[in-house]
Amino acid sequence: MLRYLLKRLAVLVPTFIGVSIIAFTFIRLLPGDPVALMSGERVMSPERHAMISHELGYDRPVVIQYLDYLRGVVTGDFGNSIVTKQPILDQFLTLFPATLELSFCAIIFAIVLGIPAGIFAAIKRGTFWDQTIMGTALVGYSMPIFWWGLLLIIFFSGILQWTPVSGRISLLYFFPPVTGFMLIDSLLSGQAGAFKSAVSHLILPTIVLGTIPLAVIARQTRSAMLEVLGEDYVRTARAKGLSPFRVVGIHALRNAMIPVITTIGLQVGVLLAGAILTETIFSWPGIGKWMVDSVFRRDYPVIQGGLLMIAGIIMVVNLIVDLLYGLINPRIRH
Amino acid sequence: MADPSTAQPISLDPSRRRQLAEFWYYFSENRGAVIGFWLFVLLVIVALLAPLIAPHLPYEQYRDAVLVPPFWEDGGQAAFPLGTDPVGRDMLSRLLYGARYSLFIGVVVTTIALVGGIFIGVIAGYFGGWIDTVIMRIMDVILAFPSLLLALVLVAVLGPGLTNAMIAIALVLQPHFVRLTRAAVMTEKGREYVTAARVSGAGSLRLMFRTILPNTTAPLIVQATLSFSSAILDAAALGFLGMGAQPPTPEWGTMLAEAREFILRAWWVVTFPGLAILITVLAINLVGDGLRDALDPKLKRS
Amino acid sequence: MPLLEIDNLVVEFATAAGQFRAVDGVSLSVEPREVLAIVGESGSGKSVSMLAVMGLLPWTAKVTADRMDFNGVDLMNLSPAERRKMVGKDMAMIFQEPMASLNPCFTVGFQIEEVLAVHMGMSRAERRARAIELLDLVGIPEPTERLQSFPHQMSGGQCQRVMIAIAIACNPKLLIADEPTTALDVTIQKQILDLLVSLQEQYGMGLIMITHNMGVVAETADRVIVQYKGRKMEEADVLTLFENPKSNYTRALLSALPDNATGDRLPTISDYMTDEAPAAGAAS
Repeated sequence: MLRYLLKRLAVLVPTFIGVSIIAFTFIRLLPGDPVALMSGERVMSPERHAMISHELGYDRPVVIQYLDYLRGVVTGDFGNSIVTKQPILDQFLTLFPATLELSFCAIIFAIVLGIPAGIFAAIKRGTFWDQTIMGTALVGYSMPIFWWGLLLIIFFSGILQWTPVSGRISLLYFFPPVTGFMLIDSLLSGQAGAFKSAVSHLILPTIVLGTIPLAVIARQTRSAMLEVLGEDYVRTARAKGLSPFRVVGIHALRNAMIPVITTIGLQVGVLLAGAILTETIFSWPGIGKWMVDSVFRRDYPVIQGGLLMIAGIIMVVNLIVDLLYGLINPRIRH
Repeated sequence: MADPSTAQPISLDPSRRRQLAEFWYYFSENRGAVIGFWLFVLLVIVALLAPLIAPHLPYEQYRDAVLVPPFWEDGGQAAFPLGTDPVGRDMLSRLLYGARYSLFIGVVVTTIALVGGIFIGVIAGYFGGWIDTVIMRIMDVILAFPSLLLALVLVAVLGPGLTNAMIAIALVLQPHFVRLTRAAVMTEKGREYVTAARVSGAGSLRLMFRTILPNTTAPLIVQATLSFSSAILDAAALGFLGMGAQPPTPEWGTMLAEAREFILRAWWVVTFPGLAILITVLAINLVGDGLRDALDPKLKRS
Repeated sequence: MPLLEIDNLVVEFATAAGQFRAVDGVSLSVEPREVLAIVGESGSGKSVSMLAVMGLLPWTAKVTADRMDFNGVDLMNLSPAERRKMVGKDMAMIFQEPMASLNPCFTVGFQIEEVLAVHMGMSRAERRARAIELLDLVGIPEPTERLQSFPHQMSGGQCQRVMIAIAIACNPKLLIADEPTTALDVTIQKQILDLLVSLQEQYGMGLIMITHNMGVVAETADRVIVQYKGRKMEEADVLTLFENPKSNYTRALLSALPDNATGDRLPTISDYMTDEAPAAGAAS
């Protein structure tokens, strides 16, 4: 197990270095003067230019600059935002819980609906139910989620007026963030109605962000289940006189979950890409919206740092999923 | 690309023809795939004939007909069947022209990603060693980012616009082709027929592209259809974020971005462009599922 | 009273090409403590008819029979839930591919104890003790340690022993063995056969041995049924069958034993089958 972990880490390190090189060099690919870009000052005297250039370390060789940047990254120093002048890591840490909360709810939504739907479709293979579920899943899989979000807003916020249009909680409530997770903080605040407001703000973004993972998980569960149901050990389980529930829910499902776990892990990238769109639509103050805003503001240090941190998160989650895969699949564990 | 009758080179040699017939048999057994296929054909026709069938020009603004609802709603006009947008342009005409952009994006992006990916993948798989290691590490790095985020940042670097958006998306999609091609080349490389071709004096390049590649087409075709639909989706998403095609281009994602502030007042300016994206992507994905089932013998009967 | 009595069993599969008849009017009976061998090529419907008895056929299969009684109970008119109370308890089955027949995700101990929990309602400690006893009985060394093993950590022969342990866990009256040694090494085959026969004698089970191997028949069976293309060709006690086979098909099977090869060529079934082939279609 430990050797497996080390082997995975050994592959991860060069990839992360590659990611950091990309994040580092892309600013140098920009047309225009990097000093002006990084400082956010368009017009400056030659003296000021030289000063800032020295301050930012641009007068040194590129390799040294990269190593400096890497050293900063390792110690948690991603530089400062041009626009707000705040350290990028601080901004990230403030905003990340919002994205994490949303992504977590979305993936739970996708798993809770997707796995049973996939199992049901597999058991009812070829029937009306199977075709309906799989047809719906393909529609979900093909969904432009930015439009889907707008549709849900039109219907639930516009026509039915059930849910709010944007934000994480109603402006009526104010309390200092403790964990950064609105569901928890609103409960901790003890203010009546705050939790309900937080939930109602979360529902539509969760559905929108969870739609594609839901479709993918349902499709993958069905095909894994179909494959497993034809295996000899499922026949053995039936030959033991076990109930259909036990045969499918324990013997088949445990094996079918192995590829599904991998699929769920791969959804992390999908979730973070989806967060860019979902957070933009619902004005959700997370890192997706932060990245889009930074692109518009040309806040290059933020784009650079954000890119690196998001890629880092995805790589770490994939590593965790790999380890989980080892736990659920005894053939790898031993 | 997704047109199955051109998916394989049409040669008149009878075994090819039989293969094609068999392929079409499996493909046409899948009802969804056939529906998707005809929907796609319809979209191609609409895109080609847009100037002939569109009632108005996509950029023409009717100042006295701003935000006219579709004809079946109160206040709708027969001249604007699906209503008009906030500056008085005919929705239907813009949607019809929009099909041209989406299909164009799909074709261009997939072609770039496919050709580039095959080329790099063959080199990595055939030469192996450090060349392979370097190439595959780079691909890992690209795949470490969420595709839309990387495309967004690339567009931020290159500057907003449809061309740059297409380049960015193609770059983000091509590692999949590299991986597929490389894996296929590595397995085929050890087979007897490749050795035979080499012994009979075929040069490296000729060997790779003439002998090995034709045997790896099936997974590439399936991946190409997948890329086609994700290219359309990602380009629309970039358009929606204001980083793809720029207004007043009648690209569906861009149309949605322009319509966003009117969502609670004029549902049609939001509903129709998104529906168009959904139908197009769905049609291609239906074809993709059918192609996968028809081309992958292992899954054929499931 | 026979342990198992089947009259005119017909199994049909709905396929894309229409109804397909895998078992065509087979009748057989097994007495308690008797070893019956069912012989035939692959596709002769011998496994299908036994899967029908166990109720393990997929839903595409249509099973009809004039009579299918087990231990005095009419299997045809049993609800699925009532039937599951007998399957795995009073009648058990082991299969051809032991490695694939055990669930790769669960320990051997779990898979043995599960059947004890479902049918015998034993406590955790009782189940564990019985599982160790069973593993010991089927000849697996260090049974206590083996409970924690996963199937992939064991050999094919050991997996088949575990399958046998699961099958006999609840002291069944009938054990059906579907080509139990075909997938195993020749050296292991003999051990598994000996184990099956000794367990059959020790516990007084009825044993149905499905095989295409006449050597296995000679070694184990009291009585033999020869099946071809879904039909019963011949039924006889084992001595009669080997000394005086009545049907051409049986003669063909017997002469396909390597011992009977004349010259440098092994006879094949098709050398013999001219007039007797039933018209019904066959499948695997």
